[in-house]
Amino acid sequence: MIEWFTIAQVVVAVAAGLLALVLGLIGRRPSDLTLAGPALVEILLIAQIVVAIAAPAAGNAPSGNPYEFWAYLLSAILIPAGAIAWALVDRTRWSTVVVGVACLSIAIMLYRMQIIWSVQGA
Amino acid sequence: MAEPATSETTPPARTRVSGIGVVLVAIYAILALAATGRSTVQILRDFSEAPFAYSLSALAAVVYIVATLSLIVPGAVWKRIAWITISFELLFVLVVGTLSVVDAELFPRDTVWSYYGAGYLFFPVITPVLGLIWLGRNHRVVIPRAR
Repeated sequence: MIEWFTIAQVVVAVAAGLLALVLGLIGRRPSDLTLAGPALVEILLIAQIVVAIAAPAAGNAPSGNPYEFWAYLLSAILIPAGAIAWALVDRTRWSTVVVGVACLSIAIMLYRMQIIWSVQGA
Repeated sequence: MAEPATSETTPPARTRVSGIGVVLVAIYAILALAATGRSTVQILRDFSEAPFAYSLSALAAVVYIVATLSLIVPGAVWKRIAWITISFELLFVLVVGTLSVVDAELFPRDTVWSYYGAGYLFFPVITPVLGLIWLGRNHRVVIPRAR
């Protein structure tokens, strides 16, 4: 992983998550605005897959367990897509909250992934 | 698309999944995914390092999957399964959480439930409580209708 790219992804995921969480809790249904967040998070995760495949070739190999890293990354990729699909089907305020929870959980997973990648024996 | 929900008319609930319950199901689904991924890697990689802790991780994964399903699938049987799995979870997160604090030797590797789920922002201890409260509230609404 590339540290600044991870930080950027975490910032986007937290911002998108808090936005959706707050808008959902004040009663907004899923909107273009609240779904743009998880869509961007998803695109960044796809970029992260490319980075994770390419980085070891450039001398930036994971120091932790690669299987654990990939388990996180491949699980993470399902979550924003699932949340968006959910929000499109079930158009209630609570779907907006779900989108928020999904984005925040991605932020946590990215943090864990960075630790697995860069901290020895994590 | 960007319409605020001013005159929201919620359709009557067909299953137990409605309102804030949707959020609960989403959290359960994420926990199920996280626990499954983690325990699969742990067991495939180095089961012998901490067989007890890793078996618990696998058990946690199965419980979360069943709990997620039981919250989604309608019917009295699944509702009972929801009660059982969620109570089981609460019991285990408390027992394993306490054991991991008192007797760290027993858990050389972490499980989802170690330290009351601290590695998962304490969601493993929060969600069963919310789940039971929610099941208890729904009890009055859903059960009379089902019988």
